[in-house]
Amino acid sequence: MATKEYSFYPGCSSQEGASSSNYLKSVQSMCDVLDIKLNVIPDWNCCSASIGYCGGGELPRLALSARNIALSEQHNAGQDIVATCAACWLATKETQERLDDDAGLMDETNQALAEAGLKLKNDNKIRHMVEVLIEDVGYEEMGKHVKKPLDGIKIAGYVGCQTNRPFGIEGESFENPKYLDKFIETMGAEPVENYDKKVSCCGGALAFSEPEKSQALIKDIIEAAYDGGADMIVTPCPVCQMNVEVYQDKINAKYGTKFNIPVTYYSTLMSVAYGKNGKESGLNGQIIKAKQLEEIAAK
Amino acid sequence: MADEIKIGAYICKGCGLGDRLDIGQLEMTATRDGKAAICQQHDFLCSDAGVKMIQDDIDNEGVNRVVIAACSRRAKTDAFAFDNVTLSRANLREGVIWVRPDEDDQQETTQEMADDYVRMACAEAKYMKVPQASGQQGVNKNILIAGGGISGMTAALEASKAGYPCTIVEKTGALGGATAQLYKKIPTKSPYADPEDNGVAELIAAVEADSNITVCLNSTLTNTAGAPGRFEADITTESGSTETKSFGAIVQASGFKPYDANQLTEFSYTKSQDVITQAELEALAIAADGGPIKRPSDGKEVENVMFIQCAGQRSKKEGHLEHCSGFCCSASIKQAMYFKDQNPDIDTTVLYTDLRTPGAGGENFYRSGQKKGIIFTKGIATEVVHSKNPIVKFKDLILDEDVEDEVDLVVLATGMVPNSGQPTRAELTQSDNDDIAADKAGEEREIRIDVESILNLDYRQGKDVPHMENGFADSHFICFPYETQRTGIYTAGPTRRPMDTTQAMDDAMGAAMKAISEAENAGLGKAAHPRVADLSFPSFRAEGCTQCKRCTVECPFGAINETEDGYPEFNESRCRRCGTCMGACPVRVISFENYSIDTVGQQLKAVDIPDEFEEKPRMLILACENDAYPALDMAAQNKIEYSAFTRVIPVRCLGSVSLSWITDSMNSGFDGIMLMGCPSGDDYQCHFVKGSGTAQERMGKVGDTLESLSLEKERVQTFEISITDIHKVPKLINDMAETIEQIGMSPFKF
Amino acid sequence: MSDLNTGMVEKYRNNFLKEVEANVEEGDWVKMCMQCGVCSGSCPLGPHWDHPPQELFMMIRAGKRDEVLQSTSMWMCTSCYNCIVRCPRELPITHIMHGLAHYATRLGIEPKGQPTRQFAQLFWDNLAKNGRVNELWLGVNLYFMNGFVEGIKVAMGMAGIGLGMLKSGRLSLKELIGGHTVKDKKGFKAMIKKAQELEAARVDGSN
Repeated sequence: MATKEYSFYPGCSSQEGASSSNYLKSVQSMCDVLDIKLNVIPDWNCCSASIGYCGGGELPRLALSARNIALSEQHNAGQDIVATCAACWLATKETQERLDDDAGLMDETNQALAEAGLKLKNDNKIRHMVEVLIEDVGYEEMGKHVKKPLDGIKIAGYVGCQTNRPFGIEGESFENPKYLDKFIETMGAEPVENYDKKVSCCGGALAFSEPEKSQALIKDIIEAAYDGGADMIVTPCPVCQMNVEVYQDKINAKYGTKFNIPVTYYSTLMSVAYGKNGKESGLNGQIIKAKQLEEIAAK
Repeated sequence: MADEIKIGAYICKGCGLGDRLDIGQLEMTATRDGKAAICQQHDFLCSDAGVKMIQDDIDNEGVNRVVIAACSRRAKTDAFAFDNVTLSRANLREGVIWVRPDEDDQQETTQEMADDYVRMACAEAKYMKVPQASGQQGVNKNILIAGGGISGMTAALEASKAGYPCTIVEKTGALGGATAQLYKKIPTKSPYADPEDNGVAELIAAVEADSNITVCLNSTLTNTAGAPGRFEADITTESGSTETKSFGAIVQASGFKPYDANQLTEFSYTKSQDVITQAELEALAIAADGGPIKRPSDGKEVENVMFIQCAGQRSKKEGHLEHCSGFCCSASIKQAMYFKDQNPDIDTTVLYTDLRTPGAGGENFYRSGQKKGIIFTKGIATEVVHSKNPIVKFKDLILDEDVEDEVDLVVLATGMVPNSGQPTRAELTQSDNDDIAADKAGEEREIRIDVESILNLDYRQGKDVPHMENGFADSHFICFPYETQRTGIYTAGPTRRPMDTTQAMDDAMGAAMKAISEAENAGLGKAAHPRVADLSFPSFRAEGCTQCKRCTVECPFGAINETEDGYPEFNESRCRRCGTCMGACPVRVISFENYSIDTVGQQLKAVDIPDEFEEKPRMLILACENDAYPALDMAAQNKIEYSAFTRVIPVRCLGSVSLSWITDSMNSGFDGIMLMGCPSGDDYQCHFVKGSGTAQERMGKVGDTLESLSLEKERVQTFEISITDIHKVPKLINDMAETIEQIGMSPFKF
Repeated sequence: MSDLNTGMVEKYRNNFLKEVEANVEEGDWVKMCMQCGVCSGSCPLGPHWDHPPQELFMMIRAGKRDEVLQSTSMWMCTSCYNCIVRCPRELPITHIMHGLAHYATRLGIEPKGQPTRQFAQLFWDNLAKNGRVNELWLGVNLYFMNGFVEGIKVAMGMAGIGLGMLKSGRLSLKELIGGHTVKDKKGFKAMIKKAQELEAARVDGSN
């Protein structure tokens, strides 16, 4: 198969030394195996995620994503824009839709972009990495590259919110998307059937501002994974990953639970199954170590 | 048809019957016990060859009573359809081999079942006659339409298009009814965004241009006699002249009366000129004709209007209507648009508890209203205070607070009261109203009713079609889609149930189609739903009749009048052929040609009753052919087993069950009797309204009889069975078998 | 109260719905709510809202301007988008909530001490400065947003997490001095400024 090329929008959290830098690491390893080339959008900026609304009005926020799209059009002409972060994908896709629908906003956005010497055509597809895997690579091809099947690991596929709503993945339902379970199966592991909190909210950015309320949500997400017999949780979203992994000690302290469950990305699973070592798979980025994956990676 | 009875019995060996049963033995049973003149077997009786074999015997051997021993009477009806002969079906497949295990030690009782069913079918054949239409009436294509509103006019136009001449009898001086009083109507066409012209002028023009439609204005029906195919209607004008015309069928489209808003004192309707009904707003809108709508009190242009939904309806309060009138939410949206379309700055608020916008475009219309800026507030109005500007007090149900709003105009969405004529005597006597209860004691005393009759039917049971919930002349949807309880009379529009103009016109179309088919059926002497095309009809032996009148009272369809000398007078085409009259008759003089005291009574006598010591009890099931019998068939299709001691006889309705069948079967040694009818009561599922209820009442009295015979009353039980009870029915049978095992065999075995 | 707020009160008088339609992101949709309450029932933090979305929509129609704009409710939105995908009328509820929060902020009448409102402002300031988010500064600012003493307490409480992040290479002290940024800062800032100007002209007619 020919190399697949995409215009890549990595987003703030995957930068070096940032909270999901390990996500980027494993994505790179995974893409390496699947012969996917990611061309980073030069000089990309923050999308403002879904929490920038206080200071940023509609137009400034749209301008942020518009700048990224315009840069992609300029430097990676004709390539689909791919994001790995749920919020990045959502904000960019949302911008594309809204500007498509509203000529007035499009005009104003272009006036703003002109200040940075840019112009927007807005005709590239905006996609999540998960879509690339499902639609361009396919489960069969994904399975072919498995060198070390993740036998004996039971995994709760936690899809979360923003990879799932409001856009979601083509062909999947909002209430019970199945693709993450299929990823898990394809890598040789066992998905938790009927994982109750598959698409529940972890609190998102409110984990910072409303820690107690968010941790109550996170507690339920982890509890349901344990109830389903999970050894670990896997997710496609950096915010989900961080929120579900890093607060386990605090939740234990407050609720008397004994949570200690690793939370990784789908790309972590895939890198390990594809025979990459622990570092290449981003396993050193785990605060709660994914011991089963480490063992397989070390084999 | 030859006078001599010649039974031909035909036994099928297909579907496993040949493997499971001793067919030779069955053949012997048919000829020896059943007295069949001819008996033949066939590997595949419903095949062309099998059917031809039977037809040949009919044509060449003079067979006039055909007995098919094969599958259920509900199966292969297309194949087993022969002219000018009676047909009896011994149900060996669903009734025997599919409900019994294929095991050697069960073979004997299984074969006994099959033998009995063959005997029973032959016995039935012996007592059946080929039904012939009475010839009471010919085809009369004229359709009478009571009411000249949009429902009546639509019915007339539709029937006329199909070639059936119509006469519209309209009480007022003009066609158009309530819809003619509307400035505009709720939209009927995509995109369902704006009010539409009321369309009445076009309808009237079409009616007037149609030479097939006669319009009688300022006229009422002062007497309607006869039956489908031969209705005789007296059409009387305001001035008093009467013309009598005959009709094949009737559509009653008598519409509704608006609810009397004077009862809504809490909303200051009587005090304030600026509190009006929806109907009154239409008049204001017509007067404004697209200009600003002015309020009645001082002619001020309305800047702020509040619509109060469910005013005096959907409420159990004294004097309020219990039902939802269905059209008023959309009507308020439409009326709010009268204001918004003229001036978008006018504040329009619809105060609702549940917004209901039925119909294809309802939701679109609601959205359109929201887009136009109509404010929808979920709340309950508690009071309208009369002042220069009315003040609406309401409880906001979302914000949970009490609110007062001063507005220029208040519009009350009051509901529909059906114009359905007088309640029947039975309806009145069922009511718990004291006056009427007192009246009931005096039985024959005339009941005074304030409501004017619409049809003035010359029926013993009442002047109008029976009413259902909330006084609407509705049908029972499950059992009579589009039908009323008076054959050949179809209600349409808001007299049937609350509805808007679109629904009323659709309804009228349906009613017209039903009227046409009934006019045709009646002319041929064929029954209407559910025994469609049945030619049999009840007749009675006058010499045995005691003139007790039970048949006339119990007929659910008002089919039986009384002759001048006190005998029942059967109107064949009003009859649905349920047999309730036959079950009611204490002296057993009523019968149908193909369904009588004997066709069932001889079947149960034909069952071979083993003596007490053989320990083979016999249970008789009389099962309603509409629900219980199909449920039994379906249980068989699912191979659910039940006791081999069961013998099932289908009946037209439990209402047709004669007490003589019960006493006869007890006397002949049956150990248990199960009557299976449809659910009764308010949500009845009886195709004949009250057959199962009536049967239960009658069976209530059987207990005493049993006791006098020293028999346990558990031996006779009545059950309510729905067609879907396929797991329940076999269980009930097996429970009955167990009961008999406990209480022991009947002592009446000889 | 800001001049803008006074101006808006004056301009729309008692028609708050019109004000929302004209000035709030996706505010045009508010009138289309049919009060089914699915949004309220679908919200992960539903019980913590003083007025769930359904109620806010009704309050807007009822003209309860101050109660709506000063409410902490919109700031409870976690942006999970459950309400959007479940709304039978397809209202973009999440965006309307963001829009209401932003409009209140623009008018200067938002609940200033509300933690999410503070965090959201920090987030914007952080990204607007360099074009990319500096997670370390975002965290530091967050912990100290309620003053120094409170900040030390919060920071101590969160130290375990910060340490874990540092150890796993997912938080870098490099960010304290410099850190990630867009290269074309000038162009980026000019673009934001222009967008803000255009929007302000549309909303309050100023600039």
